[in-house]
Amino acid sequence: MITHPTAAELAQAVAAFDAEVATPGDARHAFLSRVADNARAILAREAEQGATLEAEATARLGDLLGETGDFEALNHQLCEALRRGGISPLDARLLAHLKATAIGQIAIDQPTYGGLAALLSAGGGA
Amino acid sequence: MTLGEGGNHSLMDVATAIDLLAPRLSPAATGARNVRRLSGGASLETWAFDLSDGTPLILRRRPDGALPRETALPLASEAALIRAAAAAGAPSPGVAHICEPGDQLGEAYVMHRLEGETLGRRIVRDEAFAAVRPGLARRCGEVLAQIHATPTDHLPPLATSDARGELARYEGVYRDLDARRPILEAAFRWLEAIAPAPPERPVLVHGDFRNGNLMIHPDRGLVGVLDWELAHLGDPAEDLGWICVNSWRFGEWRKPVGGFGDYAELLAGYGGYISLDRVRFWQALGSLKWAVMCLMMYQSFATGADRSVERAMIGRRTSEAEIDLVTLMEGAA
Repeated sequence: MITHPTAAELAQAVAAFDAEVATPGDARHAFLSRVADNARAILAREAEQGATLEAEATARLGDLLGETGDFEALNHQLCEALRRGGISPLDARLLAHLKATAIGQIAIDQPTYGGLAALLSAGGGA
Repeated sequence: MTLGEGGNHSLMDVATAIDLLAPRLSPAATGARNVRRLSGGASLETWAFDLSDGTPLILRRRPDGALPRETALPLASEAALIRAAAAAGAPSPGVAHICEPGDQLGEAYVMHRLEGETLGRRIVRDEAFAAVRPGLARRCGEVLAQIHATPTDHLPPLATSDARGELARYEGVYRDLDARRPILEAAFRWLEAIAPAPPERPVLVHGDFRNGNLMIHPDRGLVGVLDWELAHLGDPAEDLGWICVNSWRFGEWRKPVGGFGDYAELLAGYGGYISLDRVRFWQALGSLKWAVMCLMMYQSFATGADRSVERAMIGRRTSEAEIDLVTLMEGAA
């Protein structure tokens, strides 16, 4: 599951903003209104793609770690292995998993971000 | 937004104080007009105004009761650094006045208002900047060389940091957030393994030298380096790497320097020898720091300190730094 924020937290923040009364010509409100629109777009993409991405990530993590478990448990295990040095940060199988994870999450959070094209163009630019 | 409540200065208070200060800012001025708030973070306010003789100025002030960010400098120190860097030749807004208690503005200083653009998206795309864009990366290198050559003997007190220290500091923040981000875990270990030794002589590092903090004039190019609150002593490559972080390329990811130029131009402008590897290390550490900053800003939403949708959403920019880190790690593997 995507966290920091979760979809539920994002939805809460959007609902709280929608409940605010705008003063005409308030530049801050106009700015936040665009941010809220972006948040709604993220929530729509996550509702559509989130479950599939998590299932795929869980399968990759299972292969990488040779373990079974849910996404949270396996992801935590991977973090601990990296922290303790059990997996090298430049390990090819690790990087394949991290790459797929990054591509999946940017597709939800910010699909037009230039870093996606940079990663897909293999070694260029970034 | 109402500023008059809770002991804060209202627009009226600030306008009155600036009006009284005007004769000390310019001998020909009898007052000030067009006082307006440009932006207001929780830690710093920026106001624009004109003296009655037409001089365009900017006031930077700490909101009443606001605690400075842990790493941010006092505003008087920031002003002193701008003066010192300007004396070393770096383009700067020019500090007109550092406020004293009698000025009734709190912690604040006044600087000249430069003509130009700071919005990165416009600087990398707008036709108005097409003429200056090709020379901008080299110019950034030249200006960084000037900033780094600023004599450090008489600067206000500054923290000193190096690559390992910065990594440890940000890893500490990340651990406190209790997030589970394998890309960041891998990046900490990767960068720790390749961190360069501290420089022989720490230099004045701007600390936030990026597209967005540079005033760019359509004809004269880089006319002022802004936002000095993260300045410190450290590795000169830190500033060169930070402006190459993909998050400040505004979609122009093929142009690593600010979305407008190449590494070779930046290094040629800089002159003295700094290896591209060292710059790229600091660029990667920059992406890692940006990821942790996004998580920190989200945290102020999670704890209830700032429940705005903006604070919630910034957390979802962590993934932009993560994808950049994956690209950099792939390139290194």
